[in-house]
Amino acid sequence: MNTTHSIAVEKQTPEADQHPLDDLIRTDRIPHIWCPGCGIGTAFAACLRGMQASGIDLEKTCMVSGIGCSGRAAGYINLDSFHTTHGRAIPFATGLKLGNPELNVVVFSGDGDLFAIGGNHFIHAARRNMDLTVICLNNLNYGMTGGQVAATTPHQAKTTTTQHGNPESPFNLPLLAFASGATYVARWTILHTREMTKSFEKALQKPGFSFIEVLGPCPINYGRRNREKSMDTLRLYQERTIIANHPDITDLDIDFKKRVTLGEFVDKERPTCIENYDRTCRLL
Amino acid sequence: MSNRPAVLTGTHYITGDEACAEGALAAGCRFFGAYPITPATEIAERMSIRLPEVGGTFIQMEDEIAAMASILGAAWSGQKTMTATSGPGFSLMMENIGLGVVTETPCVVVNVQRGGPSTGLPTMTAQADMMQARWGSHGDYEIIALAPSSAQEIFYLTITAFDLSEIYRTPVFIMTDEVIGHMSEKVVIPEASVIKPKSRPKPKGRKDRFLLYKPDKNGVAPMPAAGDGYHVHVTGLTHDEKGYPVMAVEAQEQMMQRLMHKIMDNREDIILTESHNLDDAEIVLISYGISARTSQAAMVQARAQGKKVGLLRLITVWPFCEEKIRELAERVRGFITVEINLGQVHLEVQRCAGDRAACHLVGHAGGTVITPEQVLAKIEEIIR
Repeated sequence: MNTTHSIAVEKQTPEADQHPLDDLIRTDRIPHIWCPGCGIGTAFAACLRGMQASGIDLEKTCMVSGIGCSGRAAGYINLDSFHTTHGRAIPFATGLKLGNPELNVVVFSGDGDLFAIGGNHFIHAARRNMDLTVICLNNLNYGMTGGQVAATTPHQAKTTTTQHGNPESPFNLPLLAFASGATYVARWTILHTREMTKSFEKALQKPGFSFIEVLGPCPINYGRRNREKSMDTLRLYQERTIIANHPDITDLDIDFKKRVTLGEFVDKERPTCIENYDRTCRLL
Repeated sequence: MSNRPAVLTGTHYITGDEACAEGALAAGCRFFGAYPITPATEIAERMSIRLPEVGGTFIQMEDEIAAMASILGAAWSGQKTMTATSGPGFSLMMENIGLGVVTETPCVVVNVQRGGPSTGLPTMTAQADMMQARWGSHGDYEIIALAPSSAQEIFYLTITAFDLSEIYRTPVFIMTDEVIGHMSEKVVIPEASVIKPKSRPKPKGRKDRFLLYKPDKNGVAPMPAAGDGYHVHVTGLTHDEKGYPVMAVEAQEQMMQRLMHKIMDNREDIILTESHNLDDAEIVLISYGISARTSQAAMVQARAQGKKVGLLRLITVWPFCEEKIRELAERVRGFITVEINLGQVHLEVQRCAGDRAACHLVGHAGGTVITPEQVLAKIEEIIR
């Protein structure tokens, strides 16, 4: 009995060390830089699971990130990965995709990177229906630099550069994506891992510009100044969210004092940038 | 209209901008990230028609920042890539040019210079971005910048720019100007078989042991494309040979030294100059681009008057031909740098000449070419 048991343990040991995502992670770069309680790792892992489940050729799959905490994702994925300049992940990814249309190109970055400094690129890539999957980890502030106000920070929220409260109003990101022409738009929180993973899988398989906003806590820099511990934020994600089918897309503001709508908001077909280019510009 | 070949063999009467586009296609450029700006727009317009004819892709991006980012991305997809702009756009491209330098991404950036600073003189010539080409992005780095003097030369130099960018894995600048860009001249494009463009070395050996920034003998590492199975990590952070970020003084020193050395140790291969009457010259004109043409006219006239004037035409401006200037400084009376700015390459000539030869400048703030008469007047002033 003892002998059998010990053999079983020996057999298990290597497997126990193995994580199902190990092949997709640069394990030699672990530990990662993300803080305890941060939501990025959960979204990143869901992205990798979505990649595995989607059946796309991972050898032809690239991740492009900008700068910031979420921008470090490209540094941990064990695929061709590009950590570019602040705000410029999308135009870099556009070049990659146009240069070799066989590539699947995923942009994984943060709200500050994609929607403040990089906002112009986002709307134009959506407009031309560039075949990219854009994942935005929205933690409502600039985490890497210590918690400054972002284009996504709620009105009146406190940050290091809005110590009396944010006088401005944030973007409704799904509305922006929809208005710009994205063909797939969804929003989840990191608590909704199954739905989020399924969304990533779907977006990766779908041609055209896909956008998924993922809400994730930043307890160290945002939560601390707004009386929200990591668990408090997760509780908000559980108690103050609803998943809605076909909601009014103009009514998707993030206000946890009321409720925050999650779900798939856009899922439509439109010729991609490359399809339109080939049809319009190339002589047969 | 049918698809024309990439190498448009024949005799043409085209502008410098158009010749630049044809040079790029002949070199194998198959991706162009554009943003319109006078006086570089004609390069984009030509590429928008010609690239789809040869199986390439043209895209007009939302700004010059995106144009520059797109050509870096497309370069990592395996393509030869280019963008073209003028001063204001060049300023916007600077951050991603730095990314191109540190990630060792081959690409070609054309600057058809106009009067600056700011919006300046959009339709009028200048050569006042030369120091910006050298130092415009933050941090230390070495860069390659070429300066063509005619439409014919811009055709060939664009091919050279691609060759250098592929061999040394670095962004290469073509620093031309409004006059060269907009002037129509005879351009002879040879048979395709005569043009032998170079391509970046591809990695060999086991993929799992591949190191993205482990250099070969010439200081440059082979470069795979995305999708080749090497699982590269490319970052603008200071990185080790594997491409992984390392925040350490030693890593910074090692990476920076290699980036500097891969250009400087190969400068004999990179630096191109053209010498006219230097053997017995007492006064040497130093010039490049359109100014070298008017300088040459001044030299011919001065020689006719019996004045011992020579011309050193810089075809490669960066890296700078330091050794050549030092050598000349030992035996000439003085240098006259001729350039359409208030003294940029002139400063480099001064630095290299030291106190061994007098250094003069014929330059102005931009808007028009420098005439041979202005150069002659300076020659007479010195010789008198």
